[in-house]
Amino acid sequence: MSDKKGKPVPLANEGLPPGERGLFCDAPPREYAPAAKIVEDFWNWARSQSLWILGFGTGCGAIELRPLMTSRYDMYRFGIQPRPTPRQSSVFVIGGYASVKTLKRIVRSYEQMMGPKFVVALGSCTINGGMYWDSYNTIKRIDQYIPVDVYIAGCMPRPEALLAGFQELKRIIRAGKAEGQNLYARDFERYKANQKRVIKDWNMPDYNW
Amino acid sequence: MRELADMLSGRYGAREWHDQRKDLSSVTVDASKLRDVLTWLRDEAGYAHLAFATAVDEIERKVFRLTYTVHNYGTAHGILVHCEIDRDRPVMESIHRLWGQAWTYQREMREWYGIDFPGSPRVDEEFVLEGWEGPPMMRRDFDSLAYSDATYAERPGRETRDPAAYMKEKLYPEADA
Ligand code: SF4
Repeated sequence: MSDKKGKPVPLANEGLPPGERGLFCDAPPREYAPAAKIVEDFWNWARSQSLWILGFGTGCGAIELRPLMTSRYDMYRFGIQPRPTPRQSSVFVIGGYASVKTLKRIVRSYEQMMGPKFVVALGSCTINGGMYWDSYNTIKRIDQYIPVDVYIAGCMPRPEALLAGFQELKRIIRAGKAEGQNLYARDFERYKANQKRVIKDWNMPDYNW
Repeated sequence: MRELADMLSGRYGAREWHDQRKDLSSVTVDASKLRDVLTWLRDEAGYAHLAFATAVDEIERKVFRLTYTVHNYGTAHGILVHCEIDRDRPVMESIHRLWGQAWTYQREMREWYGIDFPGSPRVDEEFVLEGWEGPPMMRRDFDSLAYSDATYAERPGRETRDPAAYMKEKLYPEADA
């Protein structure tokens, strides 16, 4: 962990009742400082070969993950498997439209994931609002609120497209370019400001570690 | 069904009885009579189940039309009981003592249409929205697009086409209108 900028400003956690503030993380996330190139390359190869996705279907596109799990498309042969908790997952699949209510859970889950972590967003809804472009309660682009490594277009994308997207993610990881997590740490304040602009009843910690 | 229709109109001034299907009819009553009608249907006529309750915003006529669906399991017949309330004074009598589940529908109508049901349990709590600050979003004068544009960040470059014209251009350009 790099600590170049000195001690980070402690988080206010103002959304929480005073008695609970001490229970949660009080420091913003920090950027990951890579090890020597050859070591990091090896790690990146290992990371790309074991993508554990968080089993949290956030929109209608999540239905396309089911065929991936079964024998016809069989994502396990690519080293991809679902996990029940963010603590064990390295890939977050945003499965389509995200209402503000879901966005709260997305932010909490994303922040709880251990690094290194990656985000795959599928469906036109995550890219530009899709058919929910005029909805009163659905955000129009997910990358304002959490960083996204790979987009998969379609409404909804077929399982083959998902597999292609995962292969693309692997390429990005192996090339050491999956920088979402660092982007989030670097632009933490902007992401938080965006999140708080749409989540009007902010009653959760500022960083969920 | 005829005698039920006559009974309701004789007792409660119900009107516009209409058999939509063999197993579904609709009828309109005054809002002030609604509770009596539903009580009578439940206790005397065998319509023991409240299946649904919802509202329709009839903004042109400045009313909310409330619809209560009751069902008779003995005859497998349902009735939609309609009543209208003033759109500028959207208050309705609660029926949560007739059917316990009614307060859920009432809470929904409170959040979505801003219709108040005084005395209904938890009616002012959030229902499906969290932290919503805008006006009731199912009212037809609520402009969803304007709200969305003002609230949610947009990705530039999105194009919208008229589906009919675009399909014609792409698929059968030779066809004339
Ligand atoms: S892109 Fe289509 S399938 Fe995906 S969430 Fe949006 S509407 Fe649903």
